[in-house]
Amino acid sequence: MADPVAISVNKVSKQFGQGADAFFALDQVSVDIRENEFFTLLGPSGCGKTTLLRLIAGFEHPTAGHIQLHGEEISHLPPFKRPVNTVFQNYALFPHLTVAENIGFGLDMQDKPAAEIESTVTEMLQLVQMESMRDRRTDQISGGQQQRVALARALAPHPRVLLLDEPLSALDYKLRKGMQIELKRLQLETGITFIFVTHDQEEALTMSDRIAVMNNGQILQVGSPNDIYDRPSHRFVADFIGDTNFLSAELVESSSERAVVKLSSGNKLVTGPTEATLNNVVSITVRPEQAVLIDDLANADLQGTVTNIMYSGTDSHFHIELPSQEEFVAKVQNAGPARRDWETGQTVGIKFHDNAVQIVED
Amino acid sequence: MPDDSPSLSKYELAARKQQTRRNLLLCSPALIVLLLAASGPLLVMLFYSFLKSGNYGGVVYEFSLDGWLNVFLVRDIFDDVLKVADAHLSVFWRSIKLSAMTTFTCLVIGFPTAYFIATRPRESRNFWLFLITIPFWTNLLIRTFAILELIRNNGIVNNLLTDLHIIEQPIQMMYTDFAIMIGMTYVYLPLMILPLYASMEKLDFRLVEAAYDLYATRIRVLRRVIIPLIKPGIVAGSILVFIPSLGAFVTPRVLGGGKNLMLGNLIELQFGQGRNWPLGAALSITLLFIVMATLLLYVRYSQKGGVQHEQ
Repeated sequence: MADPVAISVNKVSKQFGQGADAFFALDQVSVDIRENEFFTLLGPSGCGKTTLLRLIAGFEHPTAGHIQLHGEEISHLPPFKRPVNTVFQNYALFPHLTVAENIGFGLDMQDKPAAEIESTVTEMLQLVQMESMRDRRTDQISGGQQQRVALARALAPHPRVLLLDEPLSALDYKLRKGMQIELKRLQLETGITFIFVTHDQEEALTMSDRIAVMNNGQILQVGSPNDIYDRPSHRFVADFIGDTNFLSAELVESSSERAVVKLSSGNKLVTGPTEATLNNVVSITVRPEQAVLIDDLANADLQGTVTNIMYSGTDSHFHIELPSQEEFVAKVQNAGPARRDWETGQTVGIKFHDNAVQIVED
Repeated sequence: MPDDSPSLSKYELAARKQQTRRNLLLCSPALIVLLLAASGPLLVMLFYSFLKSGNYGGVVYEFSLDGWLNVFLVRDIFDDVLKVADAHLSVFWRSIKLSAMTTFTCLVIGFPTAYFIATRPRESRNFWLFLITIPFWTNLLIRTFAILELIRNNGIVNNLLTDLHIIEQPIQMMYTDFAIMIGMTYVYLPLMILPLYASMEKLDFRLVEAAYDLYATRIRVLRRVIIPLIKPGIVAGSILVFIPSLGAFVTPRVLGGGKNLMLGNLIELQFGQGRNWPLGAALSITLLFIVMATLLLYVRYSQKGGVQHEQ
């Protein structure tokens, strides 16, 4: 069912510096990226996502481990011998060449005949809707247009894999939204594997087929946007993507199908299987929108005192202090049927939706 | 570009005028020095080149075209027939040839050096640039004699090669065009490295990565991306080396041994033993024209092909 693997990263480490200054930008990272996939490396700056991209592109070489492209080892090859192209964060368009010459550069370097370069450049200009800019210099076009030229330039040699290093970060909000749709369209039209690096979780969630969340040189979780959001494996993943609540609970039952945690209130909740040790305290996470506030304290999973209410347009955020001193934030839709006329100082019950609770590794 | 004129109030105009006046005042010392020290002697030279030479040097205040005539032509001592001055032409040719070779050698040596410095971490670049300027601390004449010490028949290079049995007889390097070229390359190399470095420092190395990524081999990255982008530096460095080489005088004198004349020596000769000041003056102005022609070529060349690599 799953497409064959395009890029296979196997226990790759990258060390910068020597001796006391040495640090691992990547530490034993393994991941398989499939063909025709829009794959995103997501993480805060310094997490190693750009290093991983540069290793795949060939600008850096791994300290240890293997990178394979369609089963062929490429980690020792220089960038110009890899059928992989990059869209750079600052576009890196050649200022001494025209738009068309920029797009044709890769083909020219592959010694393609002039007629073929000509027709591919025309095709690429059409693909990114830049036909009228053909003979412009790259400093005579806007940021969004430069972005399109950079994309066309990287796509023109028909690479097996396209690497995109935060290509949208320099664009303003509106342009970025437009380019997100455009990128997704290009990926579907060309059928090329896209590996996309970003620190913007929203961008990652909307565009990706699968996301790898990275922190401190490691991949913490790989999964579909839905998986990552609803079933975060690590505290960091849950925290980095969207808003969430963390609570302590005790793991009282654990099997291969399910686990049961006991909350501070004594209530027990069923959740997915975990590798945590039985009878230990574990961290659980609940998204703010996965809870409703109710009057019926006996029927609630938790209860607490409303300390703050923040109105934010589509919904209101209720900050609730629990008896365990923990804070819980519940997000209630302002247009929805749920009751929301609570006031600060009132005691409310918190009821979780089914499958709302997720055990996370710290 | 700020759009001036119509929207400016008269106060703003007055302020701007005052600003211009102050700027003129501030650069007036430099302007005066340039006018007096550069244009003055030049005018004197131009004037002298149209005079008759005195028998014991100096000039006789009588109009004559002999000075200019003698730049390219020579009057036969016996039958007064004008012939092309082969000796002068060969000096012109040697000057241009040696200057061009020096420029090329400086470029070939200076390019990797500048690249090396430009790719060092920012903190250590100043240290490397400082090293480049060290030769300037010593007098040119002394540095030239040091080269002589290196390449003369009993010099360090020849002795070393003989001791290592690589050569039997010392190689004659002194008093050759080669010696002059080595000397000038050494003296003018920093003038090539500094503008090259200035261009390369501005070079966005992500463009180099982009070219590698787009299947350009190392040599093609150099030819298709790096060289076009740092062309202004290459042109500036070449001009800075070529022009002083053309007029060089100490180096060819010491290392060429007075046998292999360059333009500078030929001019000096006319004011010294030659006692032909009008010819010397005419030769100087000819040199000036060669330099100006080169500069004009430079301006045209850099406008056509050079890229303003600024963001």
